[in-house]
Amino acid sequence: MSSLERDIEELEEAASSEYERQRVPAKALKGPSAFWGMYAGEHTAGTEFMIGPLFVKWGADAFSLIVGLLIGNLLAVLTWRYLTATIACEQRLTLYYKMEKIAGRGLVTLYNLANGLLFCFLAGSMITVSATAVGPFFPPGTIEMPTFQSTMPTGPAWIISCIAIGVAMTLVALKGYGVVAQVGHYAAPWMFLVFVACALVTLGRLGTADVWALLTPPAGTPKTISFLGIVFFSWFCNAAMHIGMADLSVLRFAKKPSAGWASASGMFLGHYVAWICAALLLIYWVRQHGVDPQVGKDPGTMVNDAVGWAGLICVIIAGWTTANPTIYRAGLAFQGMIPGISRTGATLLAGGLCIAAGIFPAFAMNLLDFVGIYGTILAPIGGIIVVDHFLADAVGIPRDPAERSGSAFNMVVLVAWLVPVAVAMWLYKTQGVFASFLPLPCAIACGLLYIVLSKLAARDAIAVRA
Amino acid sequence: MKAAATSVGLLALAGTIGPPAVFMLQSISGGPGSTPALSLDVVKTVMCVSTIAWFVAAPFWMKVE
Repeated sequence: MSSLERDIEELEEAASSEYERQRVPAKALKGPSAFWGMYAGEHTAGTEFMIGPLFVKWGADAFSLIVGLLIGNLLAVLTWRYLTATIACEQRLTLYYKMEKIAGRGLVTLYNLANGLLFCFLAGSMITVSATAVGPFFPPGTIEMPTFQSTMPTGPAWIISCIAIGVAMTLVALKGYGVVAQVGHYAAPWMFLVFVACALVTLGRLGTADVWALLTPPAGTPKTISFLGIVFFSWFCNAAMHIGMADLSVLRFAKKPSAGWASASGMFLGHYVAWICAALLLIYWVRQHGVDPQVGKDPGTMVNDAVGWAGLICVIIAGWTTANPTIYRAGLAFQGMIPGISRTGATLLAGGLCIAAGIFPAFAMNLLDFVGIYGTILAPIGGIIVVDHFLADAVGIPRDPAERSGSAFNMVVLVAWLVPVAVAMWLYKTQGVFASFLPLPCAIACGLLYIVLSKLAARDAIAVRA
Repeated sequence: MKAAATSVGLLALAGTIGPPAVFMLQSISGGPGSTPALSLDVVKTVMCVSTIAWFVAAPFWMKVE
């Protein structure tokens, strides 16, 4: 056997050991430490350096940031623990395989396309943020940095930076969940401290420890995000992962549902402390350097100015540890969509799309809206899984209907998914509803529609047989 | 080996957060316009060295189940 054939065989063996189309066996289950590290690493990410400053741009006040984020993140942790982790540990299947049992392979293909593409755009925005950390390593002006208003690539040097970082991220994602968890695990404690260090240096330079006063926007600042907006944003910025059940793919490896509490490490370190620390960075530049909050400043420059090379390495690794699981998930999505494709091929495809998305700063700079839309499109499928898992027997509809009937395309699921999403998109586009308000009603509406339509379909089937 | 890695790792974490904390305390206690005894350049250098130390020590210290 040639070394190439041996390599291919090892890769295929590695791919099959991820248990994409079977229940995870007891020998492959992981203890809670893997999840605490992974969640802390995944949610203390490069994009936190972007979200904190975006809150400043949107005129968020101190109460909204300190209390609103606390409430929203708590609700997110509870959702992970009592919905996602519970279902994951009882089913022990990937989201895609579970969906196939409910919706049929044909519909899962459509879902996987949407899911994989949205994951790629999200990972792309992480590549964008990480790439801003490359600039300070070169003489000023070598790489033109994007601002909040940038949508297109800023030049060839920017494109090369994004490609280099994206390739590195994709190569790690190729190694599968074990390596992803390890990288997040190692980097998480240090990374969180760098975020805090940025805030400490910033407070020192501003000469005050009164965080409340610093987070209070100057009088006359336009306020485009409310207290409820902050609560819902922090609750549903990962809607696809918790209520949308994408984390079934990860939490199916957990020994117990209590592993869902591990999401608290990501929420309270990354989506609470790190967001506030990152917001302080832009507040310093606004106050001391007169930067317009509507234009902003790239994370790489701000972090380098505050804590130097350690900060730059943090921006790169923070993007990396989050993009890895995202590319991994996108790879799983594409693998579910394209029969016969290896996990290596699917991950390479996902990585290529992420790099292409990362080159365009538009995704990262509109992250607050993007994550809301992303949750609105994907979360409703979680509503169907919740109904299938918890309510199917009680309301008298079959569990895993597509698997039972041998159907490849469950029309009930398609209608139940698309109708609420279409209404939500209409509300977002024409009525200006904040995107993060939409995932929850969409998921509930989708679940209810699924019950009603399943019952109607069952009644029709009985009538036809009679 | 693990004991040594643990010690280096803990020192690295202390080197990551300690200097910025001292910088902040000195800056705030000194009042507006004061120069802290610990300069920002020193803070950045210690943090950079601590970062390298962390990534050398962490794989020996921390182990994913």
